[in-house]
Amino acid sequence: MSDTQMSDTRSTETGADETGAQIPVTVLTGYLGSGKTTLLNRILSENHGKRYAVIVNEFGEIGIDNDLIVESDEEIYEMNNGCVCCTVRGDLIRVVEGLMRRPGRFDAIVVETTGLADPAPVAQTFFMDDDVRSKTKLDAVVALVDAKHLPLRLKDSKEAEDQIAFADVIVLNKTDLVSEDELRAVEATVRAINPAAKIHRTQRSGVDLAEVLDRGAFDLKRALENDPHFLEAHDHDHVCGPDCDHDHHHHHDGHDHHHHDHHGHDHVSPIHDVTVQSVSLRGGEMDPKKFFPWIEKITQMEGPNILRLKGIVAFRDDPERYVIQGVHMIIEGDHQRTWKDDEKHESRLVFIGRELDADRLRKSFEACQAA
Amino acid sequence: MPTVAPLDLEGHCVAAVFLDDVPHFALADGSIHRLDHGHKTEQSNDGLLCAFYDSANDRLITGGEDGKVFSVKAGGAVEQLAEAGRKWITSVAAGPQGAIAYASGRTAFVRFADGKVKEFTHPRSVEGIAFAPKGMRIGVARYNGATLRFAATEGKPAELEWAGAHTGIAFSPDGNFLVTTMQENALHGWKLADGKHMRMTGYPAKVKSLSWSPKGRWLASSGAPAAIVWPFHGKDGPMGKAPLELGTRGNAMVTCVSCHPSQEVAAIGYDDGMVMAARFADGKEVLLRRPGKGAITSMAWDSEERRIAFGSAAGDCGVIDIAG
Repeated sequence: MSDTQMSDTRSTETGADETGAQIPVTVLTGYLGSGKTTLLNRILSENHGKRYAVIVNEFGEIGIDNDLIVESDEEIYEMNNGCVCCTVRGDLIRVVEGLMRRPGRFDAIVVETTGLADPAPVAQTFFMDDDVRSKTKLDAVVALVDAKHLPLRLKDSKEAEDQIAFADVIVLNKTDLVSEDELRAVEATVRAINPAAKIHRTQRSGVDLAEVLDRGAFDLKRALENDPHFLEAHDHDHVCGPDCDHDHHHHHDGHDHHHHDHHGHDHVSPIHDVTVQSVSLRGGEMDPKKFFPWIEKITQMEGPNILRLKGIVAFRDDPERYVIQGVHMIIEGDHQRTWKDDEKHESRLVFIGRELDADRLRKSFEACQAA
Repeated sequence: MPTVAPLDLEGHCVAAVFLDDVPHFALADGSIHRLDHGHKTEQSNDGLLCAFYDSANDRLITGGEDGKVFSVKAGGAVEQLAEAGRKWITSVAAGPQGAIAYASGRTAFVRFADGKVKEFTHPRSVEGIAFAPKGMRIGVARYNGATLRFAATEGKPAELEWAGAHTGIAFSPDGNFLVTTMQENALHGWKLADGKHMRMTGYPAKVKSLSWSPKGRWLASSGAPAAIVWPFHGKDGPMGKAPLELGTRGNAMVTCVSCHPSQEVAAIGYDDGMVMAARFADGKEVLLRRPGKGAITSMAWDSEERRIAFGSAAGDCGVIDIAG
């Protein structure tokens, strides 16, 4: 062998990746009977100009022969890093890799989980595996909730609660099977578990697909923009009237159906089977030298208890607002855009999880404020 | 001076091989291209996911999204060998006496030369499958270890445990060692005689390509900015020894390795499409192909040890003639 052309060998030319943009992935969760299959069939059959690849655990009554439906055994793999909450769906890694070798066949991917599935490993797969992460991006976790049976589900399983806690979009389905009072109670429960998600009341999974697909819920540039009243809607105690089957997709005013009676309080569900709580924090401008070590420590120590974390942070002397989101111990943050003139420079965070020490979180958060 | 005869195809190349010394390229869409007095194409799977070169029978075994297993031979003979149902075939292997093995979901299948098929269902997904070099023995990579069993008999399988997700599997050519690729950036090995563990870590990326040097003296691997080559010629394998690092580049990752059939030299493919050859003894390198459109996914040497067929994730495949 000779050393000829060695200088060429060290050239800085880099190969262009063969794939273009990252493919968005929507995760559909929900108990058996919540209407997942109906929603999936709508995604596959409605004329929205997009082609979907669907990853399911079992072929149910979904799709038509032409659709790209992959049946896959749910495989939860713990990562060998000593962290019990660092889990991924091993089968998804393989299926996504296979699908992405022929990317021209579809525009987006939908992952349907089993009724009892913990959504965390599914979501974490899209952050923890480098190959999956380079080719796809998690768009949103959508939870279907059966309005009639939710109280029962919450009694007998932790998963139903996890699915709600984890969701970016909650489709409160089968509203025709409950009275307005029952519906209001169920929605209050859902809201208590997850104050940050968008809730859509529907029958027969009839939610506008635009409210489910292409949400960019994990996209730091878009996250929290979808909901301009993120964590702010506590003031108005909007109560839906009897006409509340109105279109929840036409929130031009951005108002949402938050049923919070208190301002900045922690939310405890009226249904006592609920163990998930949310802690909403609000503060002024933060000192980055204090905030980053704090958020890192909190997520390191409390990671297993934190299901989701979302926030907007204002840093002292920083013209841009900083957005942050997390799943268990994984946190991502980035500058999003410059603060608008009429926006208050304040920091808002919401933790959704179990056994969260609200007082300690609040005090330590407030201690990160710039002096 | 090495020369490159390019073959620009559309799509991800899963396997580049020589069949009867004719270069063949199996793409993810199931098309099999060959340079046999011109460019010719056959079709195997509807969606090709995995492939294994069966050297004893000079054929390529392929598995795919259609749940089928095909054999591709020189001259364009494509034959369906098996069908496992709706699920994807995610791993294939070829063994002694014309047997093949394939995996679908949690089941490993062994198809004997007479067409008889045996099924072995596991508690977790079969991530990778391989035949031991001797005996009708298969190894399965699975969550938390590997499972070895003799396929022709009903004996109890041997379970090798190591925490974590094992995604691929290979026996050393002498049958003394078993190595798995892991979901973490690591390889794990077992010395089969005594079950001793070998941890091979330190990779910045997942290891997707393994290749044994002649007589199994070295194991070359991808997953780093250099080919990482572990010494296996000692009785305890690479335990306590540092690997060779060949073809180190500052700005690219090795995605594919293929050892020379008789010399201690490896062809090294990178994520930018570059191919180099490097000699184990002194680390000397020679550029074989400049960067192209996509990461190198597969390489194979011909029987004359003069040409290397290579495939890429972007479809820019070709044949390198080392002598030029």
